[in-house]
Amino acid sequence: MNDFTYLQATQAKDATAAVRDNKDAAFIAGGTTLLDLMKLNVENHGQLVDINNLAFKGVEQTADGLRIGALERMSDVGEHPLVVQNYPVVSQSLLLAASPQLRNMASIGGNILQRTRCGYFRDTAFPCNKRAPGSGCPAQTGENRNLAILGGSQTCIATYPGDFAVALVALDAVLLLENAKGKQRRVPLVDFHVLPGTTPQRETVIEPGELIVSVTIPAAAHARKSMYLKVRDRASYAFALASAAVGLDVQGGQVRSARVALGGVGTKPWRSVAAEKVLTGAPATEATFRAAAAAAVREAQPREQNRFKVELAQNTLVRALLELSAA
Amino acid sequence: MTAHSPDFFAMENEPSFFETSPTPGVVGKPLNRVDGRDKVMGRAKYSAEYPLPGLTYGVLKTSDIAKGKIQSIDTSAAAKAPGVLAVFTHLNLPSLAKTPNDADGKKAIGAPMGFLPLTSDVIHYAAQPVALVVADTFERATYAATLVQVRYLTEQPIAAYTDPKATRFNPEKIQDGKADGYTRRGDAQAALASSAVKMTAVYTHAINHHNPMEPGSTTAVWEAPDRLTVYESTQGVTRTQKSLAAYLGLPQDQVRVITKFIGGGFGCKGSCWPHTVLTAQAAKGVGRPVKLVLTRPQQFTSMGHREDQTQTLTLGATAEGKLTALIHEKTSTTSPWDNYAEANSKIINLLYECPTFESHYELARGNVMTSTFTRAPGEAPGSFAIECSMDDLAYRLGLDPIEIRLRNYAEKDPSTGQAWSSKSLRQCYARGAELFGWSKRNPKNGVTREGRTLVGWGMATASYPVHNSQGTARVRLYADGHAVVQAGATDLGTGTYTVMTQVAADSLGLPPEKIRFELGDTKLPTAPNSGGSVAAGTVSSSVYMAAQDVWERLTKTAIKDPKSPLFKAKPDEVMVDKGRLQLKANPSKGEDFMVLMKRAGMDDIEGSGQGKYGAGYETGQAANPAGSGHQDEAGKHSMHSFGAHFCEVHVDPDLGTVRVTRWVSVHGAGRILNAKTARSQIIGGSIFGIGAALMEATARDPHYARYVNADLGDYHIPVNADIPDMTVEFIDEHDPYINAMGVKGIGEISMVGVAAAVANAVFHATGKRVRDLPITPDKILGTKAV
Ligand SMILES: Cc1cc2nc3c(=O)[nH]c(=O)nc-3n(C[C@H](O)[C@H](O)[C@H](O)COP(=O)(O)OP(=O)(O)OC[C@H]3O[C@@H](n4cnc5c(N)ncnc54)[C@H](O)[C@@H]3O)c2cc1C
Ligand code: SF4
Repeated sequence: MNDFTYLQATQAKDATAAVRDNKDAAFIAGGTTLLDLMKLNVENHGQLVDINNLAFKGVEQTADGLRIGALERMSDVGEHPLVVQNYPVVSQSLLLAASPQLRNMASIGGNILQRTRCGYFRDTAFPCNKRAPGSGCPAQTGENRNLAILGGSQTCIATYPGDFAVALVALDAVLLLENAKGKQRRVPLVDFHVLPGTTPQRETVIEPGELIVSVTIPAAAHARKSMYLKVRDRASYAFALASAAVGLDVQGGQVRSARVALGGVGTKPWRSVAAEKVLTGAPATEATFRAAAAAAVREAQPREQNRFKVELAQNTLVRALLELSAA
Repeated sequence: MTAHSPDFFAMENEPSFFETSPTPGVVGKPLNRVDGRDKVMGRAKYSAEYPLPGLTYGVLKTSDIAKGKIQSIDTSAAAKAPGVLAVFTHLNLPSLAKTPNDADGKKAIGAPMGFLPLTSDVIHYAAQPVALVVADTFERATYAATLVQVRYLTEQPIAAYTDPKATRFNPEKIQDGKADGYTRRGDAQAALASSAVKMTAVYTHAINHHNPMEPGSTTAVWEAPDRLTVYESTQGVTRTQKSLAAYLGLPQDQVRVITKFIGGGFGCKGSCWPHTVLTAQAAKGVGRPVKLVLTRPQQFTSMGHREDQTQTLTLGATAEGKLTALIHEKTSTTSPWDNYAEANSKIINLLYECPTFESHYELARGNVMTSTFTRAPGEAPGSFAIECSMDDLAYRLGLDPIEIRLRNYAEKDPSTGQAWSSKSLRQCYARGAELFGWSKRNPKNGVTREGRTLVGWGMATASYPVHNSQGTARVRLYADGHAVVQAGATDLGTGTYTVMTQVAADSLGLPPEKIRFELGDTKLPTAPNSGGSVAAGTVSSSVYMAAQDVWERLTKTAIKDPKSPLFKAKPDEVMVDKGRLQLKANPSKGEDFMVLMKRAGMDDIEGSGQGKYGAGYETGQAANPAGSGHQDEAGKHSMHSFGAHFCEVHVDPDLGTVRVTRWVSVHGAGRILNAKTARSQIIGGSIFGIGAALMEATARDPHYARYVNADLGDYHIPVNADIPDMTVEFIDEHDPYINAMGVKGIGEISMVGVAAAVANAVFHATGKRVRDLPITPDKILGTKAV
């Protein structure tokens, strides 16, 4: 890790200006992604701008839905009564992630911006298009068991590893961003992460110096009846091999509205509108769920070691829908 | 070693002082760890925690490539970085008297690997050290290491035996010359040809890393130009001392190695690895103490691993399920220099009665460092093969898995024909089955459901040898009723401090709080490595024998002392009970050692004793004079621990997840010194095995021969949620041959057979036989209940 200077910002504009004006600077919230990658020399920042004193806090009901400050900690949000009651999928996605220590430290803004666990990305001795654009992607024919089957390209198939953002894309959450001019904009979370294409180094639409202020999740029947199912190599403290964030509004055996997103299998938090289309208006039966799952992975392009994820993603989704509709 | 008169305190009887004494002793009792409080208070000093004056920090810079040459190495930027004292490369590191790069050097050093980095410009494996930076702080050294610029001439590496470009060969010897590459007993091929039942199965095992919580670390201090002290995280201070002395060309006693606490080792700390000698060289170079702690990623390429391997096991049996032939083949990856492979076939050769046996080893050289002993080396993966195949045989013949094992029960060691020194395997099966409720098992697989999950039960046999070993201990008994007991052993965190305190307490008739047991220093009497499960047996026996030496001396004093009630008694008429010297025939005639010592004006008295493999209370000292090794009575016996594991799993066939929901282990391992630490040890080993069974795998990229998951976020070891409550019991086993204390050791047997028990339970649950470890969800998918 290189030496860096450290600035504790008390005003958003100081923080955003510091980062906009210095290519070398980065925000630090919980630091659980940032410092990890700096210790691996995957990221090298000459200045860290600590944003923990900014007022991006609070979990509150607004006209647009539940607004959560970007600096709220994963554990606090996951256990918050409003989240537990009205957005179970969000609560579960947070509490099934990482470890208690990490959840106590990590902010939800930083969580959304966590980076891939692709082993080639995390070790500077390997080529990697995401870390060193143009150097190649050894994962394509290498160790790709954990990598994505959806949204990949010849340039990169890195999985978006997080859980929380998967729940957020399912529920149409919207981010509030603020730049150095003090200008704010709203970006739906589905549009926030971008596909790797030929530029895997670019992961989101956030601009240099722009901050995540908060995230708002609209209230909905399919949000109140929702769940997160996560399948992993061990019972706890592991990233998803596949996960499903689902919300259902079922009336008289018919699905009135449905929300589906997959984790662990996409290069970004993977909302599946195709699966939702199959579900909406159809009877809430296993056959429908199976058809929806098939639709969700129709575009899958597995590599040698991650072929199993095509089946696993479908089974995970079907199971989540079955459990939710039985609940 | 003190000379014993031939039959003076000869061990005719099992040392049962703590069972028969009027006041019960502490050996075997669940005494709390004597070092527990220090550990939780942060007072226990691990090897990297000595704040020496003038201490500097060493950090390794490692190779980006796995094969090739260093074309140029530019250290100028690193050397100019703040706080940097030196940047060492193969060009400027202080020289060594010997390196392991040739066979003689390797032997003299006792090196685990026939290559020392920083001795030339050649790169043999990924993350091989290429430079060592020393700075005044750890952070500055870490940063400066990133500034070392290396240009490589890259060649295409071989990652594993599975690479079509790899050349495979049949080694004459494996495991560093310790085991044969080919073994044959009878004519297995012919026996197989005429067998009613023939089965062949192929098993693979992923690369596993030991990953102790505490990484490897060395702090090297040159006390004088020819005198070195090293604070080292090692399982054997003496082995490290010998290796360093050979490397550096110093007399052994000019090197002192200190290891007071270890945060786990599991075999990777059983040898002196390159980072240790490199640190000593760097300390010489900068003229100040240097501390080097491996990073977690470096831990994966610095202290060995369990090698990637395929086993093919063919068995022949009669229609009744009696084995007729066993043929075992193993192919694995080794380094460019060494023929290392775990000797998997040993356990297969002795676990069951079988008239014929054959084993072949095949190796391929890869661009990887040499693999090394990893908890139950050979026995763990070997038992996976034989115990899954025995399960297959049981199903094939419609027999209960325990029944098939009883039909093939080995009444003597089939590999040598020797009688067992003791074996309680039948009791282990019976007690384990009872605790588990095995009799309620549904013989059909794939039919027991609970909700959406399939439930399965599996069991497997465990066995581990008692290895040849010896060591010395010293007792200093004070007239005021306390004692200092010493042996240069190490405590991996498993309880050596505690159990030796217990043995010393009972041997000296003192309460444990009056004993201070010291270990982990080459200034103390030499004890064996804590490895191969030998420490508990050997060190406890040496402590016991050292106490007998003290009693022998005090008895001589008493019978010459006119004021003693024992005046003029014959030595063999005297016995000691709880610190009281008394007549065997008339226990009321005697006196406490404190009374005797005070009257004789003795402040303290010292004794020493040797604990030895084969010197049990039956064979006795007379039958096994000092230094004779095990070429005595004991040579007539094959010495092993045995046990049985029982496992219940819940398998979700749609999601591929396997959860262990119940666990029972019963072992017969001789005398158990502490019920609590022993139970913990078995639980730990079983969890280690469950890790290998279900999740542990280091992934090596096939093109770059480099690991892609070298950290604990991506190399999965079990977490609490993966492990159910575990039931552990021991069979009360009295082995008269192994050593003075009758202790077999339990460090490794606890993980033998574990992976098979899990895999057998998975088979019972799903009807799908997974032979590739670890059994991750991808290998379960596609399983439909049969
Ligand atoms: C071992 C391990 C296991 C894990 N397992 C899981 C898991 O199972 N599931 C899961 O979802 N996650 C997991 N994580 C990831 C973890 O949740 C994230 O590291 C964490 O949420 C990041 O939050 P932070 O506040 O620490 O971010 P930081 O490390 O502080 O920041 C991360 C990035 O976001 C930027 N940033 C932070 N806040 C803002 C903001 N408000 N506006 C703009 N930019 C910002 C930083 O500049 C940085 O680039 C795991 C992490 C580890 C280390
Ligand atoms: S998948 Fe992406 S992150 Fe991984 S090696 Fe390829 S380019 Fe790098």
